[in-house]
Amino acid sequence: MPKESPIRVLGVATVVCVVCSVVVASTAVGLRPIQQANKLRDKQHYILQTAGLYGAGSEGDLSTLFEQVEGRVVDLATGEFVEDLSPDDLAGREQKKELRPLYMVRKNGAIERLILPVEGKGLWSTMHGFVALGADLTTIETFCIYDHAETPGLGGEVSSPRWLALWDGKTALGEDGQPVIEVIKGAVDPASPEADHQVDGLSGATLTGRGVTNLLHFWLGEEGYGPLLTNLRKGGDHVEGI
Amino acid sequence: MSKASDTLLEPVLQRNPIGAQMLGICSALAVTTKLSTSLTMALAVTFVLVCSNALLSAIRRFIPSSIRMIVQMTIIASLVIVVDQILKAYAYDLSKQLSVYVGLIITNCIIMGRAEAFAMKNGVGLSILDGLGNGLGYSVVLLAVGGVRELVGSGTLLGYTVLPSTAAGGWYMTNGLFLLSPSAFFLIGLLIWALEYRRQTLAAKGR
Repeated sequence: MPKESPIRVLGVATVVCVVCSVVVASTAVGLRPIQQANKLRDKQHYILQTAGLYGAGSEGDLSTLFEQVEGRVVDLATGEFVEDLSPDDLAGREQKKELRPLYMVRKNGAIERLILPVEGKGLWSTMHGFVALGADLTTIETFCIYDHAETPGLGGEVSSPRWLALWDGKTALGEDGQPVIEVIKGAVDPASPEADHQVDGLSGATLTGRGVTNLLHFWLGEEGYGPLLTNLRKGGDHVEGI
Repeated sequence: MSKASDTLLEPVLQRNPIGAQMLGICSALAVTTKLSTSLTMALAVTFVLVCSNALLSAIRRFIPSSIRMIVQMTIIASLVIVVDQILKAYAYDLSKQLSVYVGLIITNCIIMGRAEAFAMKNGVGLSILDGLGNGLGYSVVLLAVGGVRELVGSGTLLGYTVLPSTAAGGWYMTNGLFLLSPSAFFLIGLLIWALEYRRQTLAAKGR
């Protein structure tokens, strides 16, 4: 058969495609468990970092450190904890949208930090992060964005430690419990009375910054963890009880 | 020198893919901020180059020339995906730092260039040597640029402190420019100049 006959062209193409797809598929499937374990470790690492339990000098195994963190599931509609579920139960399974994980660190029984997973749209991608609220449930202790696909060097700077450090100690919620934190355009004027809930914008990343503001407002507001935060703030007994 | 050792060694300096053929510069700018990422990228590209050259050379007599580019692309792309998956499983942190650039090995001109220029015309053994040689040539440049950038930019090599930076209480004031892409342009430019100078002196001697 001549080398350039249509049948031969089709034949070679088919064989190459089948062989390549088998190789690619088997690698992807075969390595998936290890990759997922890596992803989980990575996430625990970020939760620990947000919890303030994993710093530059921290020693020890991630999973041992992670035992200090308490994982809970919250029903966003009612703002109550769901007692018989843990965050691991939510992963990978079809679940009601209202059920969300959250993590906390306690000191002498009282909540020291409340770590809320947040996500939302930036300019190009969905950004994933954690925001840790302090014991008063209004101050941001730490904020981190660990996964996004924004423009490197512009919007991508949202995950740079230098920018994320600006969030430490900012006020997330106002007197009425509504989110007030925002990323502004340009630098924050430290003398302004609003400086405590404003964060410097990143130049060249106005839309990404707006995305960060929006996602925090969503998750800290009525449709997000807002009802839970209100419940927690209302009753001292309730806080002890959880 | 025999043909085999020529095939292996020529691309390392004389016909260096980045320095003399100006191929693969994009990734050389992007991944060389640190030595560890440069090393990973160099290994990944060399692996893909050797494998794609070997495979394509082995089946070169069966590939109809009307679809040869597509066949080359398919095989290269599959190899790159395999490398990407392996990195995600066994070197997760590095693969996160390299992000899209592992996937972009597919579009690295060196690989397709060697497939089209060498593997389609030569036997398997020589093609492997050619892939290895070009991979080494790419690696030499990447490691040189990555090493200089990490040393000047952060005062470390492979993460180990060589020059204690002022930020960590030492004496070395790190040069942030070297962590940005333009510095790679300067370094690669200087390297190309050095290689060209060497080539011309050799040529003048030979005359």
